[in-house]
Amino acid sequence: MGTLTKSGIIDEIVLNTGLSRKEASDGIETFIEIVKQTLEKKEPVSISGFGKWKVREKSARRGRNPKTAEEIVISPRKVVTFSLSNVLRSKLTGKN
Amino acid sequence: MNKSELIEELSMRMALHPKKAESMVNTILNSMITAMKDSRRVEIRGFGSFVMRDYRPYVGRNPKSGEKIKVDSKTLPFFKSGKDMRDRVNNES
Repeated sequence: MGTLTKSGIIDEIVLNTGLSRKEASDGIETFIEIVKQTLEKKEPVSISGFGKWKVREKSARRGRNPKTAEEIVISPRKVVTFSLSNVLRSKLTGKN
Repeated sequence: MNKSELIEELSMRMALHPKKAESMVNTILNSMITAMKDSRRVEIRGFGSFVMRDYRPYVGRNPKSGEKIKVDSKTLPFFKSGKDMRDRVNNES
């Protein structure tokens, strides 16, 4: 078994909900869009039993172009981080 | 935003019965959890991916009591945001 992708998730939705493939596909796209729009507003998304996505601000820092060794300033930016819920962590490490 | 708000929003946007929307959200999350349990990678285009990372065992300390504790090796998911997600939070699209 390889990587789980959207199509694998769509199969599961069809199986579990009885919705059509089209509806399942629209469903996952809408799910993704809702999460992205929320994070765009800098609001965290917290899913109990799964984890939490939030946006962190990174300030500017000095870096180097690894190819040319040229020193550059890395602009301030925002990054999305995910923290695992303790419940899911326990499930994955086999501890309770 | 929490899980029930997400379900409500999904139900509204898709004009789907709340029960169906709930079942959809649970299925999405459970299929990811099952993959993680099998140490499989999860990759959702435009959103991001979860890569299973191995962590080595180490001897840690209970910060309160100072007591030494062994921390076992473990494999946990690490989230890497996808390109569209990165661009969107940086207001570049």
